[in-house]
Amino acid sequence: MFKKDISPGAKSKVKSSAQRAIRSKVIEQYPKLEPYIDDILPKKEQLDLVKLPDRVSLYTLGATPLFFQHMDDPLLPHLTLVHKYPDSFQLLRIDRGAIRFVLSGATLMVPGLTSAGGRLPDDDADEEGRYGDEDLEAGEVVVVEAEGKDHACMVGVLKVGTKEMREKKKGIACEAGHYLGDGLWGLG
Amino acid sequence: MAEASSSSEFPKKVIYCGVCSLPPEYCEFGGTVKKCEEWLEQHHPDMHAKLYSQEAIEQNMSSLSLEAQKRAEKDAQKKAAKAASAEAKAQEQRATSKILIKRIERNKRKYVTAVQGLEAFGLDIKKVAKDFGKKFATGSSVTKVPGGGEEITVQGDLSDDIFDFLLDNYKDVPEDNVELIEDKKKKAAG
Repeated sequence: MFKKDISPGAKSKVKSSAQRAIRSKVIEQYPKLEPYIDDILPKKEQLDLVKLPDRVSLYTLGATPLFFQHMDDPLLPHLTLVHKYPDSFQLLRIDRGAIRFVLSGATLMVPGLTSAGGRLPDDDADEEGRYGDEDLEAGEVVVVEAEGKDHACMVGVLKVGTKEMREKKKGIACEAGHYLGDGLWGLG
Repeated sequence: MAEASSSSEFPKKVIYCGVCSLPPEYCEFGGTVKKCEEWLEQHHPDMHAKLYSQEAIEQNMSSLSLEAQKRAEKDAQKKAAKAASAEAKAQEQRATSKILIKRIERNKRKYVTAVQGLEAFGLDIKKVAKDFGKKFATGSSVTKVPGGGEEITVQGDLSDDIFDFLLDNYKDVPEDNVELIEDKKKKAAG
């Protein structure tokens, strides 16, 4: 989505009612963020809406980007936010070989997740239960970590459910996300 | 998941590389590995020791097949070369490109000042135009140039003031690259 460098468009203040709506939406979508919601979206602070190309809007608090949204799609967290609260999102993991492709903006393919280094929910190799134990449906927002790294490298929306992934082991897993070093990252 | 995170405080403090802006562990994919490594060594020596130890590198490599390793290496080299050439290009452009401040006669004793070439120095001309307008309390707008590109047009003869203002406020702009031109001719109609 943000493969090229982007120049931010008009910045405007978010109405406080809209701000409240965003807040409740965030809690609804990411229930695990709730304990920190006052740190992320303080009630009294003024949010800004930055318009980006291709009808993407980015919500920022001061200079820190928080969430972005394409039209009325679900709110996606900016990676800096993910890095701050990594455990509050649904995580997946890719193997090492896939990192360099993801970081150059390629579509995330299923084999990167199903191979030995990758992790899907309810994975046998996942002893801590870090990646959850319920299969995910297509359309869910996931944060993608990488094998051997502490921080997430991508945020995206699933194209196929994780169950299907495990059966087919090929094809597209996650398209048009926000990855480390892309245009959106450059803004932050 | 909660138990895994209980030991760490939120929000987590994340260190970002000062060179490529990624978390340092991802520097190796960025194309400016050498510089990133130097930066990390200077600023966060403990992290540098952890990430760039022989052991860590070997471990990284062992998880890939030999063929994939080779491919990754080739790719990394290509990327590094690309990044280096892009930087060199940008620097060269910076060194050679000029900012032109032109005084254009509008109406015998009335002038406008046109400023060209700011974008080569990584400035957003729209913003600069706004700043000019604020500073000099005059109309200041971004206009298209017939030959392509854009320039800032400021009302009034402000060429010297703009010259000083540019040098004071935008540190990226070297003095030698700013040039004043006095254009006596009337601007062609249209």
